[in-house]
Amino acid sequence: MILIHCPYCEEKRPEIEFANAGQAHIARPVDPATQTDEEWKNYLFIRANPRGRHHERWRHIHGCGRFFNAVRDTSTDKFETTYKAGEPRR
Amino acid sequence: MSGYRLSVGGRVVRRHAVTFRFDGKNYQGFAGDTLASALLANGVMLFGRSFKYHRPRGLIAAGSEEPNALVLVDRGPGRRTPNLRATGIEVYDGLTATSQNRWPSLKTDFGAINDRLGMFFPAGFYNKTFMWPRSFWDKLYEPAIRRMAGLGDAPTEKDPDHYASTYAHCDLLIIGAGPAGIDAALEAAGTNTRVILIDEQDEPGGGALADPSLWPWLERSMKALNDAANVTILTRTTAFGYYHDNFIGAVQRLTDHMPQIADGPREKLWRIRAGEIILAQGAIERPLVFEGNDTPGVMLASAAKVFANRYGVAVGKSVALMAAHDSGWHDVFALAKAGVGIVAIIDVRENVDATLLTEAEKLGIMVYLNHSVIGVNGRHRVKSIQVCGNNDYLDGRIACDALLMAGGWTPSVHLWSHSKGTLKWRNDLGAYVPDQANENVCSVGACAGHWDFGNGAVIDMLPTPKGLTRAKAFVDFQNDVTAKDIKLAVREGFRSIEHIKRYTTNGMATDQGKTSNLNCLQIASTALAKPVTDIGITSFRPPYTPQTFGTLAGHAKDALFQPLRKSPIDGWAEDNGAVFELVAQWRRARYFPKVGEDMHIAVNRECVEVRSSVGIFDASTLGKIEVVGPDAAEFLNRMYTNPWKALEPGRCRYGLLLKEDGFITDDGVSARLAPDRFHLTTTTGGAARVLNMMEDYLQTEWPDLNVWLTSTTEQYAVIAVQGPNARKVLEPLVAGIDLSAEAFPHMAIREGVICGIPTRLFRVSFTGELGFEINVPAAYGRALWERLIVEGAHYNITPYGTEAMHVLRAEKGYIIVGQDTDGTVTPHDAGLDWAVGKKKLDFVGRRSLTRPDIVAPGRKQLVGLLTDDSNLVLEEGAQIVADPNQPVPMKMIGHVTSSYWSETLGRSIAMALIAGGHKRLGETLYIPMPDKTHTAKVSGMVFYDTQGARLNV
Repeated sequence: MILIHCPYCEEKRPEIEFANAGQAHIARPVDPATQTDEEWKNYLFIRANPRGRHHERWRHIHGCGRFFNAVRDTSTDKFETTYKAGEPRR
Repeated sequence: MSGYRLSVGGRVVRRHAVTFRFDGKNYQGFAGDTLASALLANGVMLFGRSFKYHRPRGLIAAGSEEPNALVLVDRGPGRRTPNLRATGIEVYDGLTATSQNRWPSLKTDFGAINDRLGMFFPAGFYNKTFMWPRSFWDKLYEPAIRRMAGLGDAPTEKDPDHYASTYAHCDLLIIGAGPAGIDAALEAAGTNTRVILIDEQDEPGGGALADPSLWPWLERSMKALNDAANVTILTRTTAFGYYHDNFIGAVQRLTDHMPQIADGPREKLWRIRAGEIILAQGAIERPLVFEGNDTPGVMLASAAKVFANRYGVAVGKSVALMAAHDSGWHDVFALAKAGVGIVAIIDVRENVDATLLTEAEKLGIMVYLNHSVIGVNGRHRVKSIQVCGNNDYLDGRIACDALLMAGGWTPSVHLWSHSKGTLKWRNDLGAYVPDQANENVCSVGACAGHWDFGNGAVIDMLPTPKGLTRAKAFVDFQNDVTAKDIKLAVREGFRSIEHIKRYTTNGMATDQGKTSNLNCLQIASTALAKPVTDIGITSFRPPYTPQTFGTLAGHAKDALFQPLRKSPIDGWAEDNGAVFELVAQWRRARYFPKVGEDMHIAVNRECVEVRSSVGIFDASTLGKIEVVGPDAAEFLNRMYTNPWKALEPGRCRYGLLLKEDGFITDDGVSARLAPDRFHLTTTTGGAARVLNMMEDYLQTEWPDLNVWLTSTTEQYAVIAVQGPNARKVLEPLVAGIDLSAEAFPHMAIREGVICGIPTRLFRVSFTGELGFEINVPAAYGRALWERLIVEGAHYNITPYGTEAMHVLRAEKGYIIVGQDTDGTVTPHDAGLDWAVGKKKLDFVGRRSLTRPDIVAPGRKQLVGLLTDDSNLVLEEGAQIVADPNQPVPMKMIGHVTSSYWSETLGRSIAMALIAGGHKRLGETLYIPMPDKTHTAKVSGMVFYDTQGARLNV
């Protein structure tokens, strides 16, 4: 069972305390009404599926409840780093 | 005893004799014996029948790598454990074990006909043969094959034992308490680190247990470790899996070795998180591949040494050795010293170390260098062996009753591989050893390839003169895979070891090829004329040895399998004969049958009482979220389709929640208590999902909004009082709230007191009748419910369950998200356009409502459905077609989502999702069922009180 570092609790905790919440750094458009169908489709549905470094969101759902960002290697399942929501991409 | 027990030696307790049963016959053994050693001491060499050919099989090994001697241990009903290795079963008084995969008996097994037909059972036989006809597979082929080719029978009774589990944390975890593991533990003993040392055997020591010269060291070392406060020693504990971040799964066997069934747990699952792990798993000796190498009495040389030195048992009276490695020589020298008769050493190599030859000569053992065994005589036990010169092909027969194999050593890299550490090939060992670690772990001792057993030759098979058969030269003993099968796989075009493995099933038995993987690799390598490293490597996966489901499940069974959520009023419902159903994890009262009533009659009565007088319903399971903060209204305005900012305190609104893709995900009535405070409700099953979704937007998209979300689902008991007499029931009980229609209209909320209990009183309705939902602190829920039952008796207040609730809401066309919607339904599809704020520029899902696919015609839309036969209640989920006469497969245009008998209307009603449904009003559609095709007309969704007059009274 993986240990995940929660950047809010500042502790490594077992993965059962966390829930994955999909790819990170996909901001909701500020004014969705002005989005073209193509732009909106890309925002809604198009996601990266890399082998290797992947930026994703996690929630410490059975802990502090906060959403945060993480860089995880999809081929080794190792977490490279985690950081608070709103901080720049690492 | 039959004379195989040595007169001295071993660690068994000779003054403590035990009696046990094997295949219905009583035997004697000593405390400290395994079933394997005790049977050997009694001259038993036949332990089982092989998987495919039903060949007689004996022991190969003395440890957990044993592939053949699988037995069933019977400790009473529900306690029959099949497929246990005889080498790991400690004997006790009354132990009852039986052999497997034979009928009628071990010595006379009708299934052995397969052995005579062996030429017809090559690799891939089942795949090639039982292809046709397909219909024969389920009824004929599979049951027959399963009967013939099998392991033991699974028990059919419920397991009466219980199983413990625990978490443990340590700085250093050492797996394997052989000399290497004990040395590592000694180094850490007395420091301020937490150390756990685990070993699968009943006694620590590993290989040292078979070497009396090490016993004084072992005793000293174990005393030091037992005295060290920082060291925890777990024996009878198998580390079966190595998971991410140094997380180890281990099973400790607590009671199976005890004569009496103990009160305590049978086994204990340890989940250990370690800072650092030292693997000291040791190495497993490799068998040699030659004709007849599976005859009972042919076994590993190291195993014979364990039986002699640890258990005081001779594996034979005249024992021969077939060696490719020096270790076998040392083993038979040890046997000779222990009093076992050694008749010959045959070594495939031309030259061996001179000291070995000198020692053999001193002990008077005949030596045949550059020779190989090419055949074994004897069916149930070795009688003699055929030995042949590798160059001159001159052969001769040597009489013996056991033949030992010394094929070299395979480091046990199982756990290392689980941890995703890499391996490197060592040509000198003919084996893979650990290379780059993927965790904070290191391998020490024999599992890292470090041993002092001397040298050996790495070979695929023993040489055999041309023309002689090697059809029964086994590689995987448990799955009955021969060298011939592997070569056949290569001839048929398989190139990767991963494919060869799956085609031949080599290494795929319960032992995961502990004794066979490397021999298979070498044979495939020779057949492919490629180096071993070019044909790949198979992966070890947990568990290292088979483990019981009971231990893995632990306490998570029966009532503890998953949490059962009960409302505060659940106890009353149970006391009053409610029939329950599960909704998400909630147990909810489905209906309250009176004596003699079935569900249909009870639900009809409950519905009629609500419509004619008053009903009472436990709605406590509704999800509830308290939304508080200066931006609360702005936040809800962004989340829900409806406008929220203008909602006045004291009023309620039906909220529709979409996902960003525009599809309905939840709904519920919510109330504004104050400018900065809302009481939200969600569906019973959606509460956690909705809170998670709202937290997501609040934390990551709109962190600037000052809003707090708190789940209050379990803080409130909710009692719905519904029906024309609802107000009359409540009026005498409520203080501080004017219940009159003028002062307290439909879709309003008031705070006050009911029966002395503070309440948030909603005037809402999911029935279409005058209705109230009383929210009180959960602890008061049952008391208030009971009071309402008493006070409402004058109006015949009737408790109703979820089934009547479903009928009542369907009569009014109120949808249930998740039943009438399926994650592809928009507000327009569901006929809920009125709930979408037309003037709102944005809310979650808003932009998606104008996506091309969403506005395209032909979408499935929710409509009412009235059967032509008003007595017919359609099946929910039934498919709907426009033309009943079209050929099969028909084009299905939708399905029934809700369907009930409405006693109030005296007919059946249904809702359905139908392509272009809104434009089909009045159209006749068809519902083909196995017995006949039903007809129904598309209608509106509100079947009762279409004007809503009953709500506003």
